[in-house]
Amino acid sequence: MKAFTYERVATPAEAAAAAAKNDGAKFIAGGTNLLDLMKLEIETPTHLIDVNRLALDKIEATPEGGLRIGALVRNTDLAAHEGVRRDYALLARALLAGASGQLRNRATTAGNLLQRTRCPYFYDTAQPCNKRTPGSGCSAIGGFSRQLAVVGVSDACIATHPSDMAVAMRALDAVVETVKPGGEARTISIADFHRLPGNTPHVETALEKGELIAAVTLPPPVGGKHVYRKVRDRASYAFALVSVAAIVQPDGSGRVAVGGVAPKPWRIEGAEADMRRGAKAVTDGLFADARPTHDNEFKRTLAQRTLGSVLTEARG
Amino acid sequence: MTDPQHWDPSRRDLMVSVAAAAVLAAAPELAKAGAGLASESRMPTYAPVAFTVNGEARQLEVDTRTTLLDALRERLHLTGTKKGCDHGQCGACTVIVDGHRINSCLTLAVMHEGSEVTTIEGLGDPDNLHPMQAAFVKHDGYQCGYCTPGQICSAVATLAEIKAGVPSHVTEDLFGEMLPTDAEIRERMSGNICRCGAYSNIVEAIAEVAGRRA
Repeated sequence: MKAFTYERVATPAEAAAAAAKNDGAKFIAGGTNLLDLMKLEIETPTHLIDVNRLALDKIEATPEGGLRIGALVRNTDLAAHEGVRRDYALLARALLAGASGQLRNRATTAGNLLQRTRCPYFYDTAQPCNKRTPGSGCSAIGGFSRQLAVVGVSDACIATHPSDMAVAMRALDAVVETVKPGGEARTISIADFHRLPGNTPHVETALEKGELIAAVTLPPPVGGKHVYRKVRDRASYAFALVSVAAIVQPDGSGRVAVGGVAPKPWRIEGAEADMRRGAKAVTDGLFADARPTHDNEFKRTLAQRTLGSVLTEARG
Repeated sequence: MTDPQHWDPSRRDLMVSVAAAAVLAAAPELAKAGAGLASESRMPTYAPVAFTVNGEARQLEVDTRTTLLDALRERLHLTGTKKGCDHGQCGACTVIVDGHRINSCLTLAVMHEGSEVTTIEGLGDPDNLHPMQAAFVKHDGYQCGYCTPGQICSAVATLAEIKAGVPSHVTEDLFGEMLPTDAEIRERMSGNICRCGAYSNIVEAIAEVAGRRA
Protein backbone atom coordinates (compact mmCIF):
# COMPACT_ATOMS: atom_id res chain seq x y z
CA MET A 1 0.00 0.00 0.00
CA LYS A 2 1.30 3.49 -0.85
CA ALA A 3 1.80 5.83 2.10
CA PHE A 4 -0.81 8.52 2.71
CA THR A 5 -1.60 11.25 5.18
CA TYR A 6 -4.82 10.99 7.17
CA GLU A 7 -7.29 13.35 8.80
CA ARG A 8 -10.67 13.10 10.50
CA VAL A 9 -13.29 15.71 9.67
CA ALA A 10 -16.42 16.65 11.61
CA THR A 11 -18.59 18.51 9.08
CA PRO A 12 -19.32 18.24 5.34
CA ALA A 13 -17.79 21.72 4.91
CA GLU A 14 -14.54 20.53 6.51
CA ALA A 15 -14.59 17.46 4.30
CA ALA A 16 -15.07 19.59 1.19
CA ALA A 17 -12.30 21.98 2.23
CA ALA A 18 -9.92 19.08 2.87
CA ALA A 19 -10.71 17.60 -0.54
CA ALA A 20 -10.16 20.95 -2.26
CA LYS A 21 -6.79 21.36 -0.53
CA ASN A 22 -5.37 17.89 -1.32
CA ASP A 23 -5.07 16.91 -4.95
CA GLY A 24 -4.78 13.16 -4.43
CA ALA A 25 -7.32 12.94 -1.61
CA LYS A 26 -10.09 10.40 -1.21
CA PHE A 27 -12.90 10.17 1.30
CA ILE A 28 -12.99 7.00 3.38
CA ALA A 29 -16.08 5.72 5.24
CA GLY A 30 -16.51 1.93 5.51
CA GLY A 31 -13.33 1.38 3.53
CA THR A 32 -14.29 -2.17 2.57
CA ASN A 33 -13.73 -1.54 -1.15
CA LEU A 34 -11.18 1.30 -1.03
CA LEU A 35 -8.71 -0.47 1.29
CA ASP A 36 -8.95 -3.66 -0.76
CA LEU A 37 -7.97 -1.63 -3.84
CA MET A 38 -5.29 0.33 -1.96
CA LYS A 39 -3.60 -2.91 -0.88
CA LEU A 40 -3.36 -3.85 -4.55
CA GLU A 41 -2.22 -0.30 -5.43
CA ILE A 42 -5.12 0.04 -7.86
CA GLU A 43 -6.15 3.03 -5.74
CA THR A 44 -3.23 5.17 -4.53
CA PRO A 45 -4.61 8.21 -2.68
CA THR A 46 -2.01 10.53 -1.13
CA HIS A 47 -4.44 11.67 1.56
CA LEU A 48 -7.44 10.03 3.24
CA ILE A 49 -10.27 12.11 4.65
CA ASP A 50 -12.11 10.02 7.25
CA VAL A 51 -15.77 11.06 7.03
CA ASN A 52 -17.08 8.55 9.58
CA ARG A 53 -17.73 11.27 12.15
CA LEU A 54 -19.99 13.38 9.94
CA ALA A 55 -23.59 13.39 11.20
CA LEU A 56 -24.84 11.60 8.09
CA ASP A 57 -25.93 8.33 9.70
CA LYS A 58 -29.67 8.93 10.11
CA ILE A 59 -32.69 7.67 8.18
CA GLU A 60 -35.43 10.30 8.27
CA ALA A 61 -38.90 10.73 6.79
CA THR A 62 -39.09 13.46 4.14
CA PRO A 63 -41.93 16.02 4.03
CA GLU A 64 -43.06 14.39 0.75
CA GLY A 65 -43.55 11.02 2.48
CA GLY A 66 -40.32 9.39 1.35
CA LEU A 67 -37.11 8.54 3.18
CA ARG A 68 -33.81 10.38 3.38
CA ILE A 69 -30.95 7.93 3.95
CA GLY A 70 -27.74 9.46 5.30
CA ALA A 71 -24.61 8.67 3.30
CA LEU A 72 -23.05 6.90 6.29
CA VAL A 73 -25.95 4.59 7.12
CA ARG A 74 -24.44 1.10 7.16
CA ASN A 75 -25.91 -1.50 4.80
CA THR A 76 -27.04 -3.70 7.74
CA ASP A 77 -28.88 -0.81 9.40
CA LEU A 78 -30.56 0.24 6.15
CA ALA A 79 -31.80 -3.30 5.44
CA ALA A 80 -33.08 -3.66 9.01
CA HIS A 81 -34.82 -0.26 9.16
CA GLU A 82 -38.54 -0.73 9.77
CA GLY A 83 -39.67 1.79 7.16
CA VAL A 84 -37.38 0.28 4.53
CA ARG A 85 -38.61 -3.24 5.27
CA ARG A 86 -42.25 -2.09 5.15
CA ASP A 87 -42.31 0.34 2.21
CA TYR A 88 -39.15 -0.38 0.24
CA ALA A 89 -38.74 -4.15 0.66
CA LEU A 90 -36.96 -4.21 -2.71
CA LEU A 91 -34.11 -2.23 -1.17
CA ALA A 92 -33.92 -4.38 1.98
CA ARG A 93 -33.84 -7.54 -0.15
CA ALA A 94 -31.16 -6.19 -2.49
CA LEU A 95 -28.93 -5.18 0.43
CA LEU A 96 -29.31 -8.57 2.11
CA ALA A 97 -28.39 -10.31 -1.15
CA GLY A 98 -25.02 -8.54 -1.22
CA ALA A 99 -21.66 -9.21 0.45
CA SER A 100 -21.37 -10.83 3.91
CA GLY A 101 -22.64 -9.91 7.37
CA GLN A 102 -19.24 -8.47 8.29
CA LEU A 103 -19.04 -6.31 5.16
CA ARG A 104 -22.63 -5.06 5.46
CA ASN A 105 -21.86 -3.93 9.01
CA ARG A 106 -19.16 -1.58 7.69
CA ALA A 107 -20.20 -0.67 4.14
CA THR A 108 -22.10 2.58 3.81
CA THR A 109 -24.89 3.79 1.53
CA ALA A 110 -22.63 6.21 -0.36
CA GLY A 111 -19.73 3.77 -0.51
CA ASN A 112 -21.97 1.07 -1.94
CA LEU A 113 -22.94 3.43 -4.81
CA LEU A 114 -19.28 4.27 -5.40
CA GLN A 115 -17.86 0.74 -5.28
CA ARG A 116 -15.77 -0.18 -8.25
CA THR A 117 -16.08 -3.07 -10.67
CA ARG A 118 -14.91 -6.59 -9.82
CA CYS A 119 -13.79 -7.19 -13.42
CA PRO A 120 -10.82 -9.59 -12.99
CA TYR A 121 -8.72 -7.56 -15.44
CA PHE A 122 -9.28 -4.36 -13.43
CA TYR A 123 -7.91 -6.23 -10.41
CA ASP A 124 -4.96 -7.80 -12.26
CA THR A 125 -2.37 -5.00 -12.36
CA ALA A 126 -0.22 -7.02 -14.80
CA GLN A 127 -2.92 -6.63 -17.48
CA PRO A 128 -3.97 -3.59 -19.51
CA CYS A 129 -7.23 -1.99 -18.31
CA ASN A 130 -8.67 1.30 -19.54
CA LYS A 131 -10.50 1.82 -16.27
CA ARG A 132 -7.36 1.40 -14.14
CA THR A 133 -4.86 2.91 -16.60
CA PRO A 134 -6.67 5.06 -19.19
CA GLY A 135 -5.55 4.31 -22.74
CA SER A 136 -3.83 1.02 -21.91
CA GLY A 137 -6.47 -1.19 -23.54
CA CYS A 138 -9.13 -3.64 -22.40
CA SER A 139 -8.07 -7.18 -21.60
CA ALA A 140 -11.63 -8.30 -20.92
CA ILE A 141 -12.72 -7.87 -24.54
CA GLY A 142 -11.50 -11.12 -26.04
CA GLY A 143 -10.59 -12.37 -22.56
CA PHE A 144 -12.53 -14.32 -19.98
CA SER A 145 -15.76 -12.34 -19.93
CA ARG A 146 -18.40 -14.66 -18.49
CA GLN A 147 -19.09 -12.32 -15.53
CA LEU A 148 -18.98 -9.10 -17.54
CA ALA A 149 -21.43 -6.71 -19.13
CA VAL A 150 -23.63 -7.34 -22.17
CA VAL A 151 -25.27 -3.94 -22.59
CA GLY A 152 -24.16 -0.31 -22.17
CA VAL A 153 -20.61 -1.42 -23.01
CA SER A 154 -18.05 0.26 -25.29
CA ASP A 155 -14.95 -0.74 -27.22
CA ALA A 156 -12.96 0.54 -24.24
CA CYS A 157 -14.65 -1.37 -21.38
CA ILE A 158 -17.16 -4.15 -20.65
CA ALA A 159 -17.01 -4.02 -16.83
CA THR A 160 -20.18 -4.35 -14.73
CA HIS A 161 -21.22 -2.27 -11.76
CA PRO A 162 -21.25 -4.76 -8.87
CA SER A 163 -23.84 -3.23 -6.51
CA ASP A 164 -27.13 -4.91 -5.60
CA MET A 165 -28.31 -1.90 -3.57
CA ALA A 166 -27.98 0.46 -6.54
CA VAL A 167 -30.19 -1.79 -8.71
CA ALA A 168 -33.03 -1.51 -6.20
CA MET A 169 -32.45 2.24 -5.87
CA ARG A 170 -32.68 2.60 -9.66
CA ALA A 171 -36.09 0.88 -9.65
CA LEU A 172 -37.16 3.09 -6.74
CA ASP A 173 -36.14 6.35 -8.53
CA ALA A 174 -33.71 7.36 -5.78
CA VAL A 175 -32.03 10.77 -5.81
CA VAL A 176 -28.42 11.34 -4.67
CA GLU A 177 -27.78 14.51 -2.63
CA THR A 178 -24.25 15.89 -2.72
CA VAL A 179 -22.12 18.76 -1.47
CA LYS A 180 -19.61 20.24 -3.90
CA PRO A 181 -16.14 21.34 -2.77
CA GLY A 182 -17.33 24.95 -2.86
CA GLY A 183 -20.06 24.05 -0.36
CA GLU A 184 -23.10 24.20 -2.68
CA ALA A 185 -25.55 21.30 -2.60
CA ARG A 186 -27.04 19.56 -5.62
CA THR A 187 -29.14 16.51 -6.44
CA ILE A 188 -28.46 13.86 -9.08
CA SER A 189 -31.06 11.27 -10.09
CA ILE A 190 -29.83 7.69 -9.72
CA ALA A 191 -30.42 7.27 -13.47
CA ASP A 192 -27.79 9.95 -14.16
CA PHE A 193 -25.44 9.12 -11.29
CA HIS A 194 -23.47 6.27 -12.90
CA ARG A 195 -21.96 6.91 -16.33
CA LEU A 196 -21.57 4.55 -19.26
CA PRO A 197 -17.93 3.89 -20.16
CA GLY A 198 -17.74 5.34 -23.68
CA ASN A 199 -14.06 6.11 -24.23
CA THR A 200 -13.54 7.26 -20.61
CA PRO A 201 -14.32 4.17 -18.51
CA HIS A 202 -12.26 5.56 -15.60
CA VAL A 203 -14.95 8.25 -15.13
CA GLU A 204 -17.65 6.23 -13.40
CA THR A 205 -20.06 8.74 -11.86
CA ALA A 206 -21.40 12.26 -12.31
CA LEU A 207 -19.55 13.41 -9.18
CA GLU A 208 -17.06 16.23 -9.58
CA LYS A 209 -13.65 16.07 -7.96
CA GLY A 210 -14.04 16.43 -4.20
CA GLU A 211 -17.85 16.27 -4.32
CA LEU A 212 -19.26 14.45 -1.27
CA ILE A 213 -22.44 12.37 -1.15
CA ALA A 214 -24.57 13.54 1.79
CA ALA A 215 -27.66 11.37 1.41
CA VAL A 216 -29.84 9.29 -0.88
CA THR A 217 -33.53 10.19 -0.95
CA LEU A 218 -36.31 7.77 -1.84
CA PRO A 219 -39.59 9.18 -3.20
CA PRO A 220 -42.83 8.21 -1.42
CA PRO A 221 -43.57 4.45 -1.54
CA VAL A 222 -45.22 3.22 -4.75
CA GLY A 223 -46.72 0.05 -3.23
CA GLY A 224 -46.92 -3.12 -5.31
CA LYS A 225 -45.13 -6.40 -4.82
CA HIS A 226 -41.35 -6.05 -4.41
CA VAL A 227 -39.08 -8.88 -5.56
CA TYR A 228 -35.27 -8.90 -5.79
CA ARG A 229 -33.92 -12.09 -7.35
CA LYS A 230 -30.17 -12.60 -7.60
CA VAL A 231 -28.66 -15.43 -9.65
CA ARG A 232 -25.04 -16.26 -8.86
CA ASP A 233 -22.52 -19.09 -8.91
CA ARG A 234 -23.07 -19.98 -5.25
CA ALA A 235 -26.00 -19.47 -2.89
CA SER A 236 -24.43 -16.71 -0.79
CA TYR A 237 -21.59 -14.18 -0.75
CA ALA A 238 -21.00 -13.86 -4.50
CA PHE A 239 -21.56 -11.16 -7.09
CA ALA A 240 -24.53 -11.46 -9.42
CA LEU A 241 -24.43 -13.07 -12.82
CA VAL A 242 -27.85 -11.48 -13.23
CA SER A 243 -30.12 -9.83 -10.69
CA VAL A 244 -33.66 -8.58 -11.23
CA ALA A 245 -35.32 -5.89 -9.12
CA ALA A 246 -39.05 -5.72 -9.85
CA ILE A 247 -42.02 -3.83 -8.48
CA VAL A 248 -45.25 -5.32 -9.78
CA GLN A 249 -48.61 -3.60 -9.29
CA PRO A 250 -51.94 -5.47 -8.99
CA ASP A 251 -52.88 -4.41 -12.55
CA GLY A 252 -49.72 -6.02 -13.93
CA SER A 253 -47.84 -2.80 -14.58
CA GLY A 254 -44.58 -2.15 -12.83
CA ARG A 255 -40.87 -1.39 -12.91
CA VAL A 256 -37.82 -3.52 -13.64
CA ALA A 257 -34.10 -2.86 -13.14
CA VAL A 258 -31.42 -5.45 -13.86
CA GLY A 259 -28.00 -5.88 -12.24
CA GLY A 260 -24.90 -7.80 -13.33
CA VAL A 261 -25.40 -7.00 -17.00
CA ALA A 262 -24.19 -3.42 -17.49
CA PRO A 263 -21.76 -0.75 -16.25
CA LYS A 264 -24.64 0.72 -14.22
CA PRO A 265 -27.96 -0.50 -12.81
CA TRP A 266 -29.83 -1.21 -16.04
CA ARG A 267 -33.36 0.11 -16.47
CA ILE A 268 -35.18 1.33 -19.57
CA GLU A 269 -38.51 2.85 -18.60
CA GLY A 270 -39.87 2.30 -22.14
CA ALA A 271 -39.46 -1.46 -21.79
CA GLU A 272 -41.74 -1.48 -18.74
CA ALA A 273 -44.74 -0.63 -20.92
CA ASP A 274 -44.55 -4.30 -22.00
CA MET A 275 -44.81 -5.71 -18.43
CA ARG A 276 -48.24 -7.23 -19.06
CA ARG A 277 -46.96 -9.03 -22.17
CA GLY A 278 -44.47 -10.98 -20.10
CA ALA A 279 -40.78 -11.29 -19.45
CA LYS A 280 -39.58 -11.73 -23.03
CA ALA A 281 -41.20 -8.51 -24.21
CA VAL A 282 -39.54 -6.60 -21.36
CA THR A 283 -36.08 -8.10 -21.74
CA ASP A 284 -36.23 -7.67 -25.54
CA GLY A 285 -36.53 -3.95 -24.80
CA LEU A 286 -33.87 -3.95 -22.07
CA PHE A 287 -31.33 -5.74 -24.26
CA ALA A 288 -32.20 -4.23 -27.66
CA ASP A 289 -28.73 -2.66 -27.90
CA ALA A 290 -26.86 -5.52 -26.23
CA ARG A 291 -23.34 -6.40 -27.42
CA PRO A 292 -22.61 -9.65 -25.56
CA THR A 293 -19.43 -11.66 -25.94
CA HIS A 294 -19.38 -15.37 -26.71
CA ASP A 295 -18.78 -16.00 -22.97
CA ASN A 296 -21.64 -13.91 -21.60
CA GLU A 297 -24.43 -14.02 -24.17
CA PHE A 298 -26.18 -16.46 -21.81
CA LYS A 299 -27.01 -13.48 -19.58
CA ARG A 300 -29.81 -12.32 -21.90
CA THR A 301 -31.57 -15.66 -21.62
CA LEU A 302 -30.84 -15.84 -17.90
CA ALA A 303 -32.29 -12.34 -17.36
CA GLN A 304 -35.43 -13.23 -19.31
CA ARG A 305 -35.99 -16.44 -17.35
CA THR A 306 -35.22 -14.77 -14.03
CA LEU A 307 -37.71 -11.99 -14.78
CA GLY A 308 -40.26 -14.61 -15.85
CA SER A 309 -39.86 -16.35 -12.51
CA VAL A 310 -40.07 -13.03 -10.65
CA LEU A 311 -43.29 -12.04 -12.47
CA THR A 312 -44.86 -15.42 -11.70
CA GLU A 313 -43.96 -15.00 -8.02
CA ALA A 314 -45.19 -11.41 -7.90
CA ARG A 315 -48.53 -12.26 -9.51
CA GLY A 316 -48.95 -15.53 -7.56
CA MET B 1 15.66 -4.70 13.13
CA THR B 2 14.05 -8.04 13.83
CA ASP B 3 12.46 -6.97 17.09
CA PRO B 4 8.81 -7.89 16.58
CA GLN B 5 7.84 -5.11 19.00
CA HIS B 6 8.86 -2.65 16.35
CA TRP B 7 7.75 -4.50 13.28
CA ASP B 8 6.68 -1.95 10.77
CA PRO B 9 5.14 -2.82 7.38
CA SER B 10 6.50 0.41 5.92
CA ARG B 11 10.20 -0.26 6.49
CA ARG B 12 10.90 -1.63 3.02
CA ASP B 13 9.13 1.27 1.30
CA LEU B 14 10.95 3.69 3.57
CA MET B 15 14.34 2.27 2.57
CA VAL B 16 13.36 2.35 -1.10
CA SER B 17 12.41 6.01 -0.91
CA VAL B 18 15.57 6.94 1.00
CA ALA B 19 17.65 5.14 -1.62
CA ALA B 20 15.83 6.94 -4.43
CA ALA B 21 16.40 10.30 -2.75
CA ALA B 22 20.12 9.54 -2.41
CA VAL B 23 20.42 8.72 -6.12
CA LEU B 24 18.61 11.90 -7.08
CA ALA B 25 20.83 14.04 -4.84
CA ALA B 26 23.98 12.54 -6.36
CA ALA B 27 22.87 12.98 -9.97
CA PRO B 28 20.78 16.11 -10.50
CA GLU B 29 20.42 15.38 -14.23
CA LEU B 30 18.72 12.13 -13.29
CA ALA B 31 16.39 13.99 -11.01
CA LYS B 32 14.58 15.48 -14.00
CA ALA B 33 14.32 12.18 -15.83
CA GLY B 34 13.20 10.48 -12.66
CA ALA B 35 10.68 13.13 -11.63
CA GLY B 36 7.81 10.69 -11.99
CA LEU B 37 9.56 8.15 -9.82
CA ALA B 38 10.45 10.75 -7.21
CA SER B 39 6.84 11.90 -6.96
CA GLU B 40 5.83 8.30 -6.33
CA SER B 41 8.22 7.97 -3.40
CA ARG B 42 6.15 8.71 -0.38
CA MET B 43 7.34 8.93 3.18
CA PRO B 44 5.24 6.97 5.65
CA THR B 45 3.22 9.08 8.02
CA TYR B 46 2.36 8.19 11.59
CA ALA B 47 -0.67 9.02 13.68
CA PRO B 48 -1.75 8.31 17.24
CA VAL B 49 -4.83 6.22 17.99
CA ALA B 50 -6.44 5.14 21.24
CA PHE B 51 -9.05 2.41 21.58
CA THR B 52 -10.15 -0.28 24.01
CA VAL B 53 -9.27 -3.89 23.29
CA ASN B 54 -10.93 -6.59 25.38
CA GLY B 55 -11.70 -4.01 28.07
CA GLU B 56 -8.18 -2.60 28.24
CA ALA B 57 -7.33 0.94 27.07
CA ARG B 58 -4.55 0.88 24.46
CA GLN B 59 -2.66 3.71 22.80
CA LEU B 60 -0.53 3.36 19.70
CA GLU B 61 1.41 5.46 17.23
CA VAL B 62 0.88 3.73 13.88
CA ASP B 63 1.85 4.10 10.25
CA THR B 64 -1.46 5.30 8.80
CA ARG B 65 -1.52 2.23 6.56
CA THR B 66 -1.79 -0.16 9.51
CA THR B 67 -5.01 -2.15 9.42
CA LEU B 68 -6.85 -2.91 12.63
CA LEU B 69 -5.83 -6.54 12.04
CA ASP B 70 -2.12 -5.70 11.89
CA ALA B 71 -2.39 -3.40 14.92
CA LEU B 72 -3.96 -6.23 16.93
CA ARG B 73 -1.52 -8.91 15.83
CA GLU B 74 1.78 -7.14 15.27
CA ARG B 75 1.61 -4.29 17.78
CA LEU B 76 -0.61 -5.63 20.57
CA HIS B 77 0.43 -9.26 20.03
CA LEU B 78 -3.14 -10.51 20.12
CA THR B 79 -2.42 -13.22 17.57
CA GLY B 80 -5.69 -15.08 18.06
CA THR B 81 -7.19 -13.00 15.26
CA LYS B 82 -5.91 -14.49 12.02
CA LYS B 83 -4.82 -13.08 8.67
CA GLY B 84 -6.21 -15.26 5.91
CA CYS B 85 -6.81 -13.52 2.58
CA ASP B 86 -6.27 -9.94 3.89
CA HIS B 87 -9.00 -8.80 1.45
CA GLY B 88 -12.27 -9.37 3.31
CA GLN B 89 -13.08 -12.59 1.51
CA CYS B 90 -12.36 -15.29 4.09
CA GLY B 91 -13.52 -13.93 7.48
CA ALA B 92 -10.50 -15.25 9.46
CA CYS B 93 -9.87 -11.70 10.75
CA THR B 94 -13.41 -11.18 12.10
CA VAL B 95 -13.54 -9.19 15.35
CA ILE B 96 -16.36 -7.40 17.14
CA VAL B 97 -16.10 -3.58 17.11
CA ASP B 98 -18.65 -1.52 19.04
CA GLY B 99 -20.95 -4.56 19.08
CA HIS B 100 -20.71 -5.33 15.35
CA ARG B 101 -18.66 -8.05 13.65
CA ILE B 102 -16.36 -6.67 10.96
CA ASN B 103 -13.38 -7.75 8.85
CA SER B 104 -10.43 -6.23 10.72
CA CYS B 105 -8.28 -6.47 7.57
CA LEU B 106 -10.45 -3.96 5.70
CA THR B 107 -10.37 -1.13 8.20
CA LEU B 108 -7.53 1.12 9.33
CA ALA B 109 -6.45 1.25 12.96
CA VAL B 110 -6.58 5.08 12.87
CA MET B 111 -10.28 4.92 11.95
CA HIS B 112 -11.04 3.37 15.36
CA GLU B 113 -10.28 6.20 17.77
CA GLY B 114 -12.49 5.50 20.81
CA SER B 115 -13.74 2.13 19.53
CA GLU B 116 -14.31 -0.91 21.73
CA VAL B 117 -12.76 -3.98 20.13
CA THR B 118 -13.41 -7.57 21.22
CA THR B 119 -11.16 -10.31 19.87
CA ILE B 120 -11.22 -14.06 20.48
CA GLU B 121 -8.93 -13.47 23.48
CA GLY B 122 -11.61 -11.22 24.99
CA LEU B 123 -14.42 -13.76 24.64
CA GLY B 124 -12.85 -16.37 26.88
CA ASP B 125 -9.68 -18.23 27.77
CA PRO B 126 -8.81 -21.93 28.22
CA ASP B 127 -9.87 -21.88 31.88
CA ASN B 128 -13.02 -19.91 31.27
CA LEU B 129 -14.37 -20.64 27.80
CA HIS B 130 -17.11 -18.56 26.22
CA PRO B 131 -20.13 -20.83 25.58
CA MET B 132 -19.46 -20.55 21.82
CA GLN B 133 -15.86 -21.66 22.29
CA ALA B 134 -17.02 -24.61 24.43
CA ALA B 135 -19.61 -25.56 21.80
CA PHE B 136 -17.01 -25.51 19.00
CA VAL B 137 -14.83 -27.87 21.08
CA LYS B 138 -17.77 -30.15 21.91
CA HIS B 139 -18.98 -30.37 18.30
CA ASP B 140 -15.52 -30.53 16.72
CA GLY B 141 -16.26 -27.34 14.77
CA TYR B 142 -12.82 -27.15 13.17
CA GLN B 143 -9.96 -29.21 11.86
CA CYS B 144 -6.81 -27.10 11.45
CA GLY B 145 -8.28 -24.31 13.58
CA TYR B 146 -6.99 -21.35 11.55
CA CYS B 147 -10.43 -19.94 10.71
CA THR B 148 -11.83 -20.74 14.17
CA PRO B 149 -11.27 -17.42 16.01
CA GLY B 150 -13.02 -15.59 13.15
CA GLN B 151 -15.78 -18.21 13.03
CA ILE B 152 -16.41 -17.86 16.78
CA CYS B 153 -16.42 -14.03 16.81
CA SER B 154 -18.73 -14.11 13.79
CA ALA B 155 -21.01 -16.71 15.40
CA VAL B 156 -21.36 -14.76 18.66
CA ALA B 157 -22.32 -11.61 16.70
CA THR B 158 -24.59 -13.60 14.38
CA LEU B 159 -26.75 -14.76 17.29
CA ALA B 160 -26.88 -11.18 18.59
CA GLU B 161 -28.02 -9.99 15.12
CA ILE B 162 -30.80 -12.61 15.04
CA LYS B 163 -31.86 -11.60 18.56
CA ALA B 164 -31.92 -7.94 17.48
CA GLY B 165 -34.25 -8.81 14.59
CA VAL B 166 -31.80 -8.07 11.76
CA PRO B 167 -33.13 -9.95 8.70
CA SER B 168 -31.02 -12.02 6.31
CA HIS B 169 -31.18 -13.07 2.66
CA VAL B 170 -33.04 -16.28 3.61
CA THR B 171 -35.51 -14.65 6.03
CA GLU B 172 -38.90 -15.32 4.40
CA ASP B 173 -40.95 -12.74 6.27
CA LEU B 174 -39.12 -9.45 6.85
CA PHE B 175 -41.47 -8.79 9.79
CA GLY B 176 -41.67 -12.32 11.18
CA GLU B 177 -39.82 -13.66 14.19
CA MET B 178 -36.13 -14.20 13.44
CA LEU B 179 -35.14 -17.76 14.36
CA PRO B 180 -31.69 -19.39 14.42
CA THR B 181 -32.57 -22.10 11.91
CA ASP B 182 -29.83 -24.00 10.08
CA ALA B 183 -30.63 -22.04 6.91
CA GLU B 184 -30.31 -18.73 8.78
CA ILE B 185 -27.02 -19.76 10.42
CA ARG B 186 -25.53 -20.93 7.13
CA GLU B 187 -26.50 -17.75 5.28
CA ARG B 188 -25.36 -15.39 8.05
CA MET B 189 -22.03 -17.23 8.43
CA SER B 190 -21.26 -17.21 4.68
CA GLY B 191 -18.53 -14.59 5.18
CA ASN B 192 -16.45 -17.13 7.12
CA ILE B 193 -14.73 -19.71 4.97
CA CYS B 194 -13.48 -23.02 6.43
CA ARG B 195 -11.27 -24.82 3.91
CA CYS B 196 -11.16 -27.92 6.12
CA GLY B 197 -14.91 -28.08 5.59
CA ALA B 198 -16.08 -28.27 9.19
CA TYR B 199 -19.27 -26.44 8.28
CA SER B 200 -21.83 -28.99 9.48
CA ASN B 201 -20.17 -29.16 12.92
CA ILE B 202 -19.92 -25.37 13.08
CA VAL B 203 -23.66 -25.10 12.43
CA GLU B 204 -24.34 -27.64 15.20
CA ALA B 205 -22.18 -25.70 17.66
CA ILE B 206 -23.92 -22.40 16.89
CA ALA B 207 -27.37 -24.01 17.01
CA GLU B 208 -26.62 -25.41 20.45
CA VAL B 209 -25.57 -22.02 21.81
CA ALA B 210 -28.70 -20.53 20.23
CA GLY B 211 -30.68 -22.84 22.48
CA ARG B 212 -31.73 -25.36 19.87
CA ARG B 213 -31.12 -29.04 20.43
CA ALA B 214 -28.28 -30.02 18.13
